[in-house]
Amino acid sequence: MNRAPITSAGAGSGSYKSYAAGFILSVVLTVIAFGLVMSGVLPRPAVLFGIFGAAVVQMLVHLHYFLHLNSSSENHWNVAALIFTILIMVIFVGGSIWIMYSLNYRMM
Amino acid sequence: MTTDASTIDSVRTEEIEHPDTIANQAFGFWLYLMSDLVLFATIFATFAVLRHNYAGGPTGKDLFHLPYVFGETMVLLFSSATYGLVVLAMRQGNKALVLRWLVVTFLLGLGFISMEINEFYHLILDGNGPGISGFLSAFFTLVGTHGTHVAFGLMWMAVMMGQIIAKGLTSPVQSRLLRLSMFWHFLDIVWIGVFTVVYLMGVM
Amino acid sequence: MFGRLSLSAIPFDYHITMIAVGGSILLGLAILALITYYGKWTYLWKEWLTSVDHKKIGIMYIILALVMLLRGFSDAILMRSQQAIAAGTSQGFLTPDHFNQIFSAHGTIMIVFMAMPFLVGLMNIAVPQQIGARDVAFPFMNSLSLWLTAAGALLVMVSLGLGEFSKAGWSGYAPLTELKYSPGTGTDYWIWAFQIAGIGSLLTSINFLVTIIKMRAPGMSLMRMPIFVWTASATILLMLFAFPVLTAALAMLTLDRYLGMHFFTNSLGGNMMMYVNLFWMWGHPEVYIVILPAFGIFSEVVATFSGKRLFGYTSMVWATAAIMILSFVVWLHHFFTMGASPDVNVFFGITTMMIAVPTGVKVFNWLFTMYRGRIRFTSPMYWTVGFIVTFVIGGMAGVLLASPPADYVLHNSLFLIAHFHNMLIPGALFGFFAGYTYWFPKAIGFRLNEEWGKRAFWCWIIGFYLAFMPLYVLGFMGMPRRMDHYANTAWHPLLLVAASGAGVILLGIFSQMVQLFVSIRERNTARDLTGDPWDGRTLEWATSSPPAVYNFARIPVVHDIDAFADMKEKGIVHQRPDRYHDIRMPKNTAKGFVIGALTFLFGFAMIWYIWWLAIVAAVGILITVIARAADDDTEYTIPAAEVEQIESRRYRETASTASSHLSGGENTPEPLPQV
Repeated sequence: MNRAPITSAGAGSGSYKSYAAGFILSVVLTVIAFGLVMSGVLPRPAVLFGIFGAAVVQMLVHLHYFLHLNSSSENHWNVAALIFTILIMVIFVGGSIWIMYSLNYRMM
Repeated sequence: MTTDASTIDSVRTEEIEHPDTIANQAFGFWLYLMSDLVLFATIFATFAVLRHNYAGGPTGKDLFHLPYVFGETMVLLFSSATYGLVVLAMRQGNKALVLRWLVVTFLLGLGFISMEINEFYHLILDGNGPGISGFLSAFFTLVGTHGTHVAFGLMWMAVMMGQIIAKGLTSPVQSRLLRLSMFWHFLDIVWIGVFTVVYLMGVM
Repeated sequence: MFGRLSLSAIPFDYHITMIAVGGSILLGLAILALITYYGKWTYLWKEWLTSVDHKKIGIMYIILALVMLLRGFSDAILMRSQQAIAAGTSQGFLTPDHFNQIFSAHGTIMIVFMAMPFLVGLMNIAVPQQIGARDVAFPFMNSLSLWLTAAGALLVMVSLGLGEFSKAGWSGYAPLTELKYSPGTGTDYWIWAFQIAGIGSLLTSINFLVTIIKMRAPGMSLMRMPIFVWTASATILLMLFAFPVLTAALAMLTLDRYLGMHFFTNSLGGNMMMYVNLFWMWGHPEVYIVILPAFGIFSEVVATFSGKRLFGYTSMVWATAAIMILSFVVWLHHFFTMGASPDVNVFFGITTMMIAVPTGVKVFNWLFTMYRGRIRFTSPMYWTVGFIVTFVIGGMAGVLLASPPADYVLHNSLFLIAHFHNMLIPGALFGFFAGYTYWFPKAIGFRLNEEWGKRAFWCWIIGFYLAFMPLYVLGFMGMPRRMDHYANTAWHPLLLVAASGAGVILLGIFSQMVQLFVSIRERNTARDLTGDPWDGRTLEWATSSPPAVYNFARIPVVHDIDAFADMKEKGIVHQRPDRYHDIRMPKNTAKGFVIGALTFLFGFAMIWYIWWLAIVAAVGILITVIARAADDDTEYTIPAAEVEQIESRRYRETASTASSHLSGGENTPEPLPQV
């Protein structure tokens, strides 16, 4: 039975530093998002932009620091799959919202 | 020339005779996570459509407590970080450390689930269950689907703890720990979407 | 103890159903008796039910598909007969309730339990061999997918004798499928059968995607893959991204029905139109899932039996990719009339029309492949030519329907029914029949009887035209779909013609059953001893028929498209390798079958509200999954000496056939054309 640590599973590897950096960045971004909404200092459109921006950035932080997604050739299929999935999600969610908004407006 | 070609061929075929199972498993699991993203996207889309269908009942502003959700978020985020420590310990071949951080991660995950169950429990007790309105159906289902995934992750963690104790950090065990790592981090990413779209937008 | 299940669940009032149930039970018992009589239980269990071999799993999928074809077709015969009779004041012989269940079952079975298993089965048999692999990436998951699909099919079959089936069509629109309007078990049978089969499909897609991306033979770059592998790739990408939508939509409907939620109800904030949106977000990719493998099969067949490389390989790949991507952005055309604004309708109308373009590219490529080829009119070619001609008609009807104003007139009329059957039958089903005939010798070891195959083809194509061309006309005349009886007697004559078409198709099915019987009886005269009965071009023809469990003793190295034709040109087919290696293969396991059986029980328990059984089954599934996941001893080794033995035996058979070629033996393949 092989007990040697496996060094790769298609994605890259981490280190204490990278996990710590990812964690701290994530906390900061979460605080920003909650803070924007709870404090109510900014007008609504700015808050929306802020929390969505923070969410996207934090997701990227997780993908890079925790899931070790990078542009190396080792995980280019993973990245390709992710990008295609995001495209599909945009089409499905965006398309549904567009369609349902139109239907709601005209039919309800 | 023919001889060279056949030697090169047999060298290359040596590699391909034994498929890289671990890499295949990781990639296959990644693809499963992609399908799960689409599953969540569908529920998110439904939430987006139903988010104002209060049916005369309570709204997000009435029901959600942001400090509480912030607490949940931190617990889950911590557990993501501690799982990173699990993987680092695994790469060092340190079985005891792996188990220790797995237990910590498990407890943090359990904490998250408990907070969520607590929230659901009180909502239902107050008569604000999922059957009240389209909005609440979508809320309970979106948050609940994420929570169900977390619960399965906890079950998986418990199984892994058992496997590590019984077999040690064998190659298959490590491969499973890595897949669990992908799963756990992925759930935290989905949670970012949940707290942003459901809770933060819900109270605005 | 039994939930809402009681003896009143048996539909004694439905005489036709009771006959069908009786017949099915007798047939089932007869099969069990035969197996016992021939003492084959151990063989069945060890070699088939617990198999993780993609070739055997493929065969079992196809058996499932063919059995369900008979069931789905019986529904069709009943509908055609009813509509041929129930004109004017006649009510026919089926009550509206019964008729509604029949058309719902017909659609559900044909798409989910006939077409899907058929194409997955063909992919299972062909794809690993075509890419020079030994098996799929996850053999156990392959077995699991099969048994989940079978569990879903069994639920549909059981609904015949216990309870009812859904009356809400195969699409199950809310709010009709909500508890308020469909309180019985019918909708629940439909939901669980669909959901369980859907999970099987999702697992298949993950499996094959990893297989195709990671397990191709060395030298087989993406642009050297057989075209069937390309269409299989597009199919599984569609599966991977579309099925989760269905899973979520059905789950939400389940939550509405079981926990009183309000996703799609017509009260308390539910949005019924969202169900339609989600269903078709899955449903449109689904129909491309069904057709793309057929396109791939036609490409392979046309190239092989024209004795030429497929024309325009690169454009075929791009056309396939275009179809795949476009199929994600057309779904609204299934509900143009639900009331969205013109700009929404126009957007989706344009994307729908666009999808005809890459399909047209494919048609031209097939025609150009045949041009100046040395065509052998085997029955797969018959299916192919029949397809090309007939599919184009249906495609043009589709482009007409893609225009929202036209669709407002024709939506849900028989014109629509004619269009999609025109796509599914001469399109998908003919493709599957062609693939079935083409790969049968590879999978089983002998060829199917050509005579009966051609008779089957003629019956099917003539039957199809008779059954469906009148429906185009009836659609223009205003006849809606799903009518159990109608007052307008002007429709009657055309429906009589349609019914006769169903009868001719029945003859076609009968011919295929005879074909199988005759082929088995005469198998020794049609044995495929070389592994290459058609003078094929792709790697699956390099293995023996049927292949050894490991497919290839040595993984081949690929240098060009049509790898096997390339090897034949270079004269390096059947070269004995300098030495053999030990081969690691996955062990058989009962866990796939067990999980399938438990899932059936879970579905059944949920349908009948037998909560204790549902919990027990769910826990059982979890335990089995964990047990499998903890199992590290899942492979066995075939020693090199044994591999050598198997291969030597094969070469002896091939050599003896070669020598009989010189004396003009029956298995003489066509000589390679001068390219």
